[in-house]
Amino acid sequence: MSSLEIRDLHVAIDSKEIVKGLSLTINSGEVHAIMGPNGTGKSTLSKAIAGHPDYRITQGDVLLDGRSILELEPDERARAGIFLAFQYPSEIPGVSIANFLRAAVQARMAEGEELEATAYYKRLYQKMDMLKIDRKFTSRSVNDGFSGGEKKRCEILQMAMLEPKFSLMDETDSGLDIDALRIVAEGVNTLRGPGLGVLLITHYQRLLNYIIPDQVHVMYDGRIVKTGDKSLALELEARGYDWVKTELAHA
Amino acid sequence: MNHPTALDTETFDTAVENPTVGIDQAVGDFTYDVKYAFDAGSGLGENTVRYISSVKKEASWLLDFRLAALKTFYAKPMPTHWATKDLDNINFDKIRYYLSQGQTPKRTWDEVPDDIKRTFERLGIPEQERKFLAGVEAQFDSEAAYSNIKEIVSKQGVIFMNSTEALREHPEIFRKWFGKVIPTGDNKFSALNSSVFSGGSFIYVPKGVKVAQPLQAYFRINAENFGQFERTLIIADEGSEVTYMEGCTAPKFTTSTLHSAVVELVALKGAKIQYITVQNWAPNVYNLVTKRGLAHEDAEIKWIDCNIGSRLTMKYPGVVLKGRRARGEVISIALANDGQHQDTGAKMIHAADETTSTIISKSISVGQGRATYRGQVHIPKHLKGCKNNTECDALLINTNSRTDTYPAITVRGDSHAVQHEASVSKVNEEQIFYMQQRGLTEGQAMSLAVNGFVNDLVRQFPMEYSVELKRLIDLEMEGSVG
Repeated sequence: MSSLEIRDLHVAIDSKEIVKGLSLTINSGEVHAIMGPNGTGKSTLSKAIAGHPDYRITQGDVLLDGRSILELEPDERARAGIFLAFQYPSEIPGVSIANFLRAAVQARMAEGEELEATAYYKRLYQKMDMLKIDRKFTSRSVNDGFSGGEKKRCEILQMAMLEPKFSLMDETDSGLDIDALRIVAEGVNTLRGPGLGVLLITHYQRLLNYIIPDQVHVMYDGRIVKTGDKSLALELEARGYDWVKTELAHA
Repeated sequence: MNHPTALDTETFDTAVENPTVGIDQAVGDFTYDVKYAFDAGSGLGENTVRYISSVKKEASWLLDFRLAALKTFYAKPMPTHWATKDLDNINFDKIRYYLSQGQTPKRTWDEVPDDIKRTFERLGIPEQERKFLAGVEAQFDSEAAYSNIKEIVSKQGVIFMNSTEALREHPEIFRKWFGKVIPTGDNKFSALNSSVFSGGSFIYVPKGVKVAQPLQAYFRINAENFGQFERTLIIADEGSEVTYMEGCTAPKFTTSTLHSAVVELVALKGAKIQYITVQNWAPNVYNLVTKRGLAHEDAEIKWIDCNIGSRLTMKYPGVVLKGRRARGEVISIALANDGQHQDTGAKMIHAADETTSTIISKSISVGQGRATYRGQVHIPKHLKGCKNNTECDALLINTNSRTDTYPAITVRGDSHAVQHEASVSKVNEEQIFYMQQRGLTEGQAMSLAVNGFVNDLVRQFPMEYSVELKRLIDLEMEGSVG
């Protein structure tokens, strides 16, 4: 049982504060959704947790199993069990998905320990079968010339192979078509289980038709302003984000 | 194989540093004292040339060839009007031009510095070769390891020997083309090589013979072949095929600071020659090499060239497409790290109808490294149906890295097809962050990006070379972050 605790987190880009005191705890096995209007700091939150150098944490803490990860390099955070499914994953021309994942798996092994190729491919193919991904897919260069759906598939496959403790899935405003949406949803539902905690960042409620979250948080102006179960998402869908704004104004 | 390992002593003033960077050019130097059976001393003159020729017991025509070349060398100016001024830092009086087989060196494996041992280890260089490369053994016992190759090819009538032997024993075959593809006066350094050359491989492949396995310079490594001025001539007779490989990815530890080879290839009607080079020079070496092939009717010459290390490399493998439908190809990878200048490219001289040429060049500049692409494609007006495709891509790792491209394409006449594409890209922060987020360190991420960039070319190298090359890129990239 693991926990990811975000404690009064403040994040700035350059000198502009974007996340303004956000607290949230996710435990293994839970799926949390964060919803909110554009520009409210949802993506910033996920990048900051993953350790992107452009995102400066000015206050607060992020703890993985009770220990702060803020002093760790991005790769150390990744190896500690934090996975970020990117909204816009980078292309790596000339590097096949199979080789990329192999390097990532190798990076998680102890020094001097060599990855065993046969076992690696066996596991890779198992995961691909599980996610219904064609075998030919992994010989393509990472995200190079991929459609939106293929990029999502690539992210989900990496998540399946790297078996993180927590996955931050940044789906905000990515204009996912229905195929891409299904890929993400089916992937999360397949991988969902007692060993994985998910933070699902989404702008639209429709993704939550496929993935039923344990908790829904509404984020506005750098903070979580409302928390509830999946019915909150439906209410948001019906009443729009203006409802949240108005409610806030009255509070 | 042309590693100038620890065969030389001091050749340059230590004061002559690369003026553009403040780094210590002596890093990578690695020498030991050896007594040589023959030593021409330092400095160049008629006596040096006569001495070399007499030690080799050469025919008088060859001595005359050398002496004439020396005159040409003196007469030729440095190519400084277009090339880097760093050439002026070469002090020809301090160079030792000839050293023959040495005695057993005094250095033991225990005395080899740990970082060098580690480098060998990580590059996966076989035990036996490590000792040779580190200068623990003066001779690489290659006969045992590779003699079967030699046996097989000699059964096919292939002649494969060093330049001295070949010119002495088979002048009727080699003299005809020797110095014809690259005339002595081609440039100052080809003239220098012509006057003091020693070592290198001479190969003759008889008509119709297809040599199945690549011939490696490995298999007869000895002190002389590690010379600085080796001379290689490969003649593929009509319809024959041969692949030659030189070098290896192990860094060469030496203080000999000038390497100036001449490599001539002759592909007669319908013949195919593939020449593969992988070199990783110590950061104090001037690597100034002239390589050219002559392709007759329906013949094909392909240069695959990988340059890593050195202070300055100037190398533009070329093909003269002399016969109808001849094909030429140059595939090159250059990696310029801090304080290094890789000035490389290709030359394609179309001299017959329906000839085709392809140039693919990829360079990587790391830190203050500088990569220059210089290409020349020449298609004259009177020819018909010629094709050239040139592609050069540069990858910059750091903000202070540098790349330049000087393509000179002269095409006259209206029945030719010429294509030229060039690109410059930079490894970007988002890409690195993406890879780090998957658990790779910044250095590993950088290596992977670079390996990806050259991947399509590396795949054309023989298996063992491509594996070594990947590891070498990993090593080179390690220092590039932070």
